[in-house]
Amino acid sequence: MADTFACSFTATELDARSGISLVVKRLRDFNLPEERVGDVQIALAEAVNNVVEHAYSGQATGDVRIRCDLEREQLWIRISDAGPPFPDDQLPAGERADVSGPLEDLPEGGFGWFLIRELTNRIHYERQNGNNQLSLCFELSTLKGS
Amino acid sequence: MSLTSTKADGAQIVTVNAERIDAAIAIQFKEDMRSETESGPHRVILDLSAVQFIDSSGLGAIVAAMKQLGGGRRLDLAGPTPMVEKVFRLTRMDTIFNLYGSLNEAVAATKT
Repeated sequence: MADTFACSFTATELDARSGISLVVKRLRDFNLPEERVGDVQIALAEAVNNVVEHAYSGQATGDVRIRCDLEREQLWIRISDAGPPFPDDQLPAGERADVSGPLEDLPEGGFGWFLIRELTNRIHYERQNGNNQLSLCFELSTLKGS
Repeated sequence: MSLTSTKADGAQIVTVNAERIDAAIAIQFKEDMRSETESGPHRVILDLSAVQFIDSSGLGAIVAAMKQLGGGRRLDLAGPTPMVEKVFRLTRMDTIFNLYGSLNEAVAATKT
């Protein structure tokens, strides 16, 4: 059995918050385990925040579209935006931020891609018809990052 | 953003009355923390028990709140829900902050 749903919202911080909450609510309706819903929410929020912060910076804000497909033990979440492509069409490496230095040098950002990579099982990115399409795959039979 | 502040056993307790510390609220959280903790005890305990979700912006704001305390003061965290605890653990920020399972545990640790 396959479950699918889609939604879209304007790429602002507040609309992103309600969009993410809507997706999370639907995932709970799919009866996903709560811990897995948590993982998805973190990765999805980081991906959507990146769109809000970077994809539409310096131009009129556009939409973020999200499509979720749950089939057997795999959840795919595709996030699309009409912003410019990633530099060199490459996703950021997402190294873990270094927290070993003195307190005053602790990083206050740069955690996003690390968390996305840590919590997903597969990531696929493509540029299509002037849109970024980032797909995050979560294997539901295994828990990552626990 | 709603923060409330009380004092107990020589520590200041700042309670976050919000379900999310996310990108939409991170800057305001940092500023509100600055005004709440401008002066006061050496130790500040941030009660996170109402917070169901935190993203990397919220995490960065908590780090910033600790850094802006300055002067050898410290920020401890109390009552993180499983998802909040996970974000701290994955980013290794759990090695930077003292995390207590509950506010009571955190307050009890002041006395020792």
